Amino acid sequence: MTLQACNLAAVRGNQPLFSNIDLEITAGEALWLSGSNGCGKTTLLRLLCGLSFPAEGQVNWNGDSIFSQREDYCSNLIYCGHASGVKDDLNAWENLQVSARLAGKSCSQKEALEALAQMGLASFAHLPARVLSQGQRKRIALARLCLQPTVRLLILDEPFSALDQQAIAAVSQRLNQHLTQGGMVVYTTHQEVALQAKRLHRLALNRATPC
Amino acid sequence: MLKALVYVVRRDLLLAFRRRADVLVTLFFFMIVSALFPLGVGPEPALLRTMAPGILWVGALLASMLSLGRLFALDFADGTLEQMLLSAEPLSVMVTGKVLAHWLTSGLPLVLVAPLLALQFDLPGPAIAVLLASLLIGTPVLSLLGAIGAALTLGVRGGGVLVAILVLPLYVPILIFGAGAVGAQLNGLDSSGHLLLLGGLLAASAALAPWAASAALRIALE
Repeated sequence: MTLQACNLAAVRGNQPLFSNIDLEITAGEALWLSGSNGCGKTTLLRLLCGLSFPAEGQVNWNGDSIFSQREDYCSNLIYCGHASGVKDDLNAWENLQVSARLAGKSCSQKEALEALAQMGLASFAHLPARVLSQGQRKRIALARLCLQPTVRLLILDEPFSALDQQAIAAVSQRLNQHLTQGGMVVYTTHQEVALQAKRLHRLALNRATPC
Repeated sequence: MLKALVYVVRRDLLLAFRRRADVLVTLFFFMIVSALFPLGVGPEPALLRTMAPGILWVGALLASMLSLGRLFALDFADGTLEQMLLSAEPLSVMVTGKVLAHWLTSGLPLVLVAPLLALQFDLPGPAIAVLLASLLIGTPVLSLLGAIGAALTLGVRGGGVLVAILVLPLYVPILIFGAGAVGAQLNGLDSSGHLLLLGGLLAASAALAPWAASAALRIALE
């Protein structure tokens, strides 16, 4: 169970964004990506997910390119990006169920409500998402992490933004639990949230030349 | 795989139900456009009868295009499309589900209301039956081809107009055979040839369009 990136490079327009990124994460390990705004953190995460193609290099899952085993890779992956994927017209538990089902996993109403309760949304589960605050919507998106069965690899783009201290504690507790169970986490954050991983890799993406 | 398809259809129908106004806009557009023609050209039955197939088909075509912009744009804006791309289920299956839901919410209502509108053009019963059949076979093709246009123009400024420019030329054969079937029936000819050709278009687009649309979506999201 390894996620490996060899010699990754990305460009934005004509400008190189980053190059020669090598990384390897195995079970129980976490990778904290840091760097200033616009240095390519989200781009790197999208490359790792397979949402975009690298200018150079490749991403491997268990030794093979992720593009050659998309189905297997995707069923082992949860990606939480900036866009939360929360629909205004659905209520909180329906949103959670929809995102689980679209990912190809089953999720009953009871399971969805339990996951929302873990994220502290128990009393908001039946409200339409349009009346919820930014932080609460973020919690709905992150409640996917609490659903069973868990996947191996979590790729989280700024999971702690817009969350209050309580929610940050709940999310990092869930992530620590995931890591002790042998999962992997790749995340970016500007906050000092260090996870208790078997090994916490830290990759700073600051560019050599200012933009 | 079938489960994912059914689920996407159910989800899109639920969302459409929560936003009923959007569905009704398409339907009312179709009804108003086809009601304006008899008022505009005058109440001469023979003239109206000859014009009816063309007018109803053009109306259905424009009405179905009206809702194409929403097919992927909302899912694109809120990040659901990204999640669909990362799903363990194939994207083309999900696209098929979305297209099917689009047809059920914006194509099928047009088909069902068309016989009523045909009455104001004084179409005889057999011609109305052929109109119903041609719309039933033809409108899914409109949704399928429209999905390719909607996927290609995703995230583009002024995408709505661009969709029309991209998609309307592709709609021409459907318009010709669809309206032609009703015209043939009106003139006492056999309409089955036109309907079979429409069926062929449906089969070809059902096989190719979801695949093409999902390829376009992957490019749009990269």
